[in-house]
Amino acid sequence: MTTTGALQGEYFISGDEACAEAGISAGCRFFAGYPITPATEIAERMAERMPDVGGVYIQMEDELASMNAVLGAAWGGAKAMTATSGPGFSLMMENLGLGIMTETPCVLVNVQRGGPSTGLPTLVGQGDMMQARWGSHGPYEIIALCPSSPQEMFDLTIEAFNLSEKYRTPVLLMADEAVGHMTERVTIPPVESLKLYPRRKPTVPPEQYRPFEGEANGVPAMACAGEGYHLHVTGLTHDERGYPATSSADAQARLIRRLIAKIRDNRADIIRTESKWLEDAEVIVVAYGISARIALWPIEMARAEGLRVGWLKLITAWPFAEDLIRELAARVKAFVVPEINYGQIALEVERCAAGKARTLLVPHAGGDVHEPHVILEAIRGAAGR
Amino acid sequence: MDRIEIRLSGFGGQGIILAAYILGKAAALHDHKHATMTQNYGPESRGGACSGQVVISDAPVSYPHLTQPHIVVAMSQEAYAKYAGDLADGGLLIIDEDLVQTNGGKTNARLFRIPATRIAEKELGRKMVANIIMLGCLAALDASVSADALRQAVRSSVPKGTEEFNLQAFERGYAYGNKLLDT
Repeated sequence: MTTTGALQGEYFISGDEACAEAGISAGCRFFAGYPITPATEIAERMAERMPDVGGVYIQMEDELASMNAVLGAAWGGAKAMTATSGPGFSLMMENLGLGIMTETPCVLVNVQRGGPSTGLPTLVGQGDMMQARWGSHGPYEIIALCPSSPQEMFDLTIEAFNLSEKYRTPVLLMADEAVGHMTERVTIPPVESLKLYPRRKPTVPPEQYRPFEGEANGVPAMACAGEGYHLHVTGLTHDERGYPATSSADAQARLIRRLIAKIRDNRADIIRTESKWLEDAEVIVVAYGISARIALWPIEMARAEGLRVGWLKLITAWPFAEDLIRELAARVKAFVVPEINYGQIALEVERCAAGKARTLLVPHAGGDVHEPHVILEAIRGAAGR
Repeated sequence: MDRIEIRLSGFGGQGIILAAYILGKAAALHDHKHATMTQNYGPESRGGACSGQVVISDAPVSYPHLTQPHIVVAMSQEAYAKYAGDLADGGLLIIDEDLVQTNGGKTNARLFRIPATRIAEKELGRKMVANIIMLGCLAALDASVSADALRQAVRSSVPKGTEEFNLQAFERGYAYGNKLLDT
């Protein structure tokens, strides 16, 4: 262990444990949550480790309170996170919206299980992807990352904290049970070597500070409670000072335009993908999370049969990689989208393909991952074999 | 090395999941291979059927689940009934001979019978190290994970203060497995 209490070296740990360790490495010192399978191991690890690093772990009465505690901790100056699954994610939606409206940096992890409702507590699902995009009310943009391995549970949790600070917004880590519960080698770099994005503080005197005025990239600097700046933080539509402006369509227009633009206009900086064999592809498998990894095997089998198949992994589900899908749609026959739901990200692919290439959904109700041969059949069908 | 798939199975409370964890850790951290460990999660933790799976490969493991295991270790009748039939042709089947009655089953499996629980209880005085004895046997009967890697992983995975006792159990299983190969 280093002096910060963060681990370093090679570990054989689960995705959930890697996520918790990444929080600690990223400087998260506040975790509030309510245990729920398959995310419980994140809370458990945090409960064990937070006292080591001088942080706070609170088990709250439910997920509404957990999300609110996280927002409060962030305004108190901490890096903060919570972790949950399906039913708890539903309960967090209201206060996720509060986090977006108040531009509060924090990380919310959803280790997806089979749904709807309490569904399959111990088994995998990817059915919350559209809920991640639109689950809270009102117009907004969101950032959501999808890990495919325990190593990515670590790397993308760090990334989630960085993006949350850079864009002053809650960031979702949309994991799944398969990745959360799988155990693999995870390399944890020394904290000193990690690129951590610090909370950007105001440089102006307190009387000039406007906590909701966007700067060059649309993101305001963030003073926290007790730092000598006047703060008013509300979920109501507010002006640049943070004061409610609830009878002004103009204030609403200014605020919403900026909240949307700070993500949309910076999408080139936010969106991450990984790919293989796109150059010669006539069919591209587009997938995320555990399904991206499962897809590699049938793609290799299809390529061995002489089919020109590419692989596109969406590391960010939101904002959606729409420019890339548009560009690819102009030169491929079809996209194949395996996901453990009945069509969510596939709808986005289809929207961006805009009729230029076909989109074939490979659905799965949940409880298990796709059998490789099912994806292989879909690839053959898409290639016209 | 091709992809090797291993299933350790028994009932909850025998340390099956810990054994699978140690096996995966040995391969991933000490033999420097790619290893993915998964476990069957059910609501029950004691008494019910229990299984831990490890996939070991020189290349990154894309598909994390078993397709057809090359090695099955069964430490309960229920686990044997559920999993022994999946074994690949010519695969390695290791059973705790006091806990599992074989019923013919796969004829071309390489079958080894180990009294792991009896050795743990009668010779070492603690039934709970039967899982580590099994790992020792496995190290003798198959080279997918090296014995040295397993020793290191046992040492770093068992509760503090029990390292030497667990390593003693490992060596006892390793010797038993080697003796079976000689006869």
